[in-house]
Amino acid sequence: MSWLRANMFSSWPNAIATLLIVWLAWKLAVPFFDWAFVQAIWVAPDSQVCRDAKGTGACWALVHEKHRFMLFGTYPFELQWRPVLVIVILLALYVVSALRACWRPWLAAAWIVGLATIGVLMWGGVLGLRYVENERWGGLALTLLLATFGIALAFPLSIVLALGRRSELPVLRLLCVIYIELIRGVPLISLLFMASVMLPLFLPEGMSIDKLLRAQIAMTLFAAAYLAEVVRGGLQAVPRGQYEAAQALGLSYWRMTLLVVLPQALRISIPPLVNTFIGFFKDTSLVLIIGLFDLLTTVKISIGEPKWVGFGVEAYIFVSAVYFVFCFAMSRYSQNLELELAGSAATGGAR
Amino acid sequence: MKFLRSGRSRALFFQVVALAAVLGALAFIVHNTMLNLEKSKIASGFDFLGREAGFEIGESPFILYSAADSYGRALLVGLLNTIRVAVIGIVLATILGTLVGLARLSTNWLLARIAGVYVEVIRNVPLLVQLFFWYVVITENLPGPRDAANPLTGVFLSNRGIAMPGVDAHPVYWWMLIAFIAGLVIAWLVARWARARQARTGQPFASFWAGCGIALGLPLAVFLAAGAPLKLDVPQLSGFNFQGGVVMTPEYATLLIGLVAYTAAFIGEIVRAGIVAVHRGQVEAANALGLSRRMTLRLVVLPQALRVIIPPLTSQYLNITKNSSLAVAIGYPDIVSIANTSINQNGQAIEGIAIIMAVYLTVSLSISAFMNWYNKRIALVER
Repeated sequence: MSWLRANMFSSWPNAIATLLIVWLAWKLAVPFFDWAFVQAIWVAPDSQVCRDAKGTGACWALVHEKHRFMLFGTYPFELQWRPVLVIVILLALYVVSALRACWRPWLAAAWIVGLATIGVLMWGGVLGLRYVENERWGGLALTLLLATFGIALAFPLSIVLALGRRSELPVLRLLCVIYIELIRGVPLISLLFMASVMLPLFLPEGMSIDKLLRAQIAMTLFAAAYLAEVVRGGLQAVPRGQYEAAQALGLSYWRMTLLVVLPQALRISIPPLVNTFIGFFKDTSLVLIIGLFDLLTTVKISIGEPKWVGFGVEAYIFVSAVYFVFCFAMSRYSQNLELELAGSAATGGAR
Repeated sequence: MKFLRSGRSRALFFQVVALAAVLGALAFIVHNTMLNLEKSKIASGFDFLGREAGFEIGESPFILYSAADSYGRALLVGLLNTIRVAVIGIVLATILGTLVGLARLSTNWLLARIAGVYVEVIRNVPLLVQLFFWYVVITENLPGPRDAANPLTGVFLSNRGIAMPGVDAHPVYWWMLIAFIAGLVIAWLVARWARARQARTGQPFASFWAGCGIALGLPLAVFLAAGAPLKLDVPQLSGFNFQGGVVMTPEYATLLIGLVAYTAAFIGEIVRAGIVAVHRGQVEAANALGLSRRMTLRLVVLPQALRVIIPPLTSQYLNITKNSSLAVAIGYPDIVSIANTSINQNGQAIEGIAIIMAVYLTVSLSISAFMNWYNKRIALVER
């Protein structure tokens, strides 16, 4: 009771605000809850049941009916255990990488083995697995693949760019600055358009790359520019004394960078890096515009079917929830890590 | 490889290699592109800008456009549409974002919580998903124009968009705008004089309120002197849609709502961080000096908070401009959408994409130049 008074009714304006919010919540949240849960239709033999309940109850039956398509796109139905396994491997890799106890050299090896396995599982064609061309990949599996491979490829590139931007060699620095600012100055869509219509023109005759790879290249180049700025922030935060001490020890540029500067800089940049990952994960939804079958596209196609037209709100709430789970987990993780790293720095040393 | 041991020649060597690699790759790309273009018989150059576009554009609020106009004019319409949504979006997102940031710091637990949930939900869902969501909410779930929702007098929400009352144009409004600008200049001069006088004599002068009075009073005086010409243009249902007033198409309304809601969540966090960054001791010191609440806010808290807020706010303004390009997904005719249509029609992809990139680079670079200038002005001057 005293808590209520202190936090919600401390003054007249405060009390009025509280009452107003409670009244609004009553008017909005209760009907929404009723629509989304109480009156909702979870499973339906056909969409007519949903149509009858339209306006009073949500039609989650749509998600139930189309979940295989939403999660795996047009991947051959009987082979969909393969993308399931891929999603499981990816999730395992994310979890392992998030644990600080696992930040050891073997983690890099685990990633290489994991990504190779994923390639084998998705494409097949070896070990008695049927070959599945990548035009048929889709859904959540494709979204996770685009995001993961995008980051995995962009990260090394971004370190090179960040070092280049901080380099003392003017030509190298200029090239890196131009690249980073050009990419950051234009919207991702224009890069995706460029990849889908211009990249084929750039290649010599007879050479072609498929749509998925083109999108992946554009996403990677895009992510690298943004990650480079984060890494540069980390590099700037390493005290000058560290550079000077390394030079005094007679270390060469590369040994100084690899042994002294980068380990500290990357550790500092992990929380902002994770925030950039979140942005990038959300940005993968833009491949819809150039016609790739990612999670958002498969959901959009599902509600384009005459049977399910008109249930867009349910479909987009579902897809929002999926994106939210991944992004929220990452953002909470980055917040905790920030606190932890700040704590360990305060109690002396990076260890 | 002996010369590589010396630092200077090694530096030169690496730079020459890097430059040669980049130039070589560019030459390779240009060469291939020329060959490919020649083979596919696609015209090149910007001659197409003068040719007839042949497609209609859904909305062109600023200049007249018809399918018989040129590609150049079509792209200009797209550019104006981009600027329209970006400018209004920036203003609204700043206001909403500031409110969200303040709400998160509110002593009212409920209000702070709701603002927190808003920020978390909005920030962790892709903007494109949110745009599709708002689009289906407007086009599938709002009633038709005949039984449009009417939350306020003269405001109609329907699946054809949002109709609001507008004010009929009148030549006096231009004079009011001029009076407003003149008022701003006078207010600035007054503030300068007041600052100089305070530095000289120590006497304060309420230059903020005086400035507000001049800047708002002058246009009002013009308005009254002209006989207060005010005619409200209220939307009327005629046939299947609303006529008169200000009508926002569903696409424009979706894009604006989506961009503002999305960016406001980020701006809210920036504002909150900026205010939290001002040390408690600063406010306490100001109180100890006997400054009033308003003077503390204006002279102590805001200048320090703004210093933290401005740089990330700049990148949000850039983001809103760049994110407006998602218009293409819901069919609002912005520059990207129109350039895309033109690419599909005449196949001149390189020119089309070059135009898009040039537009965004210009906008990005000018916004960041302006914000850098502003940031420098308010930056901490250390002895």
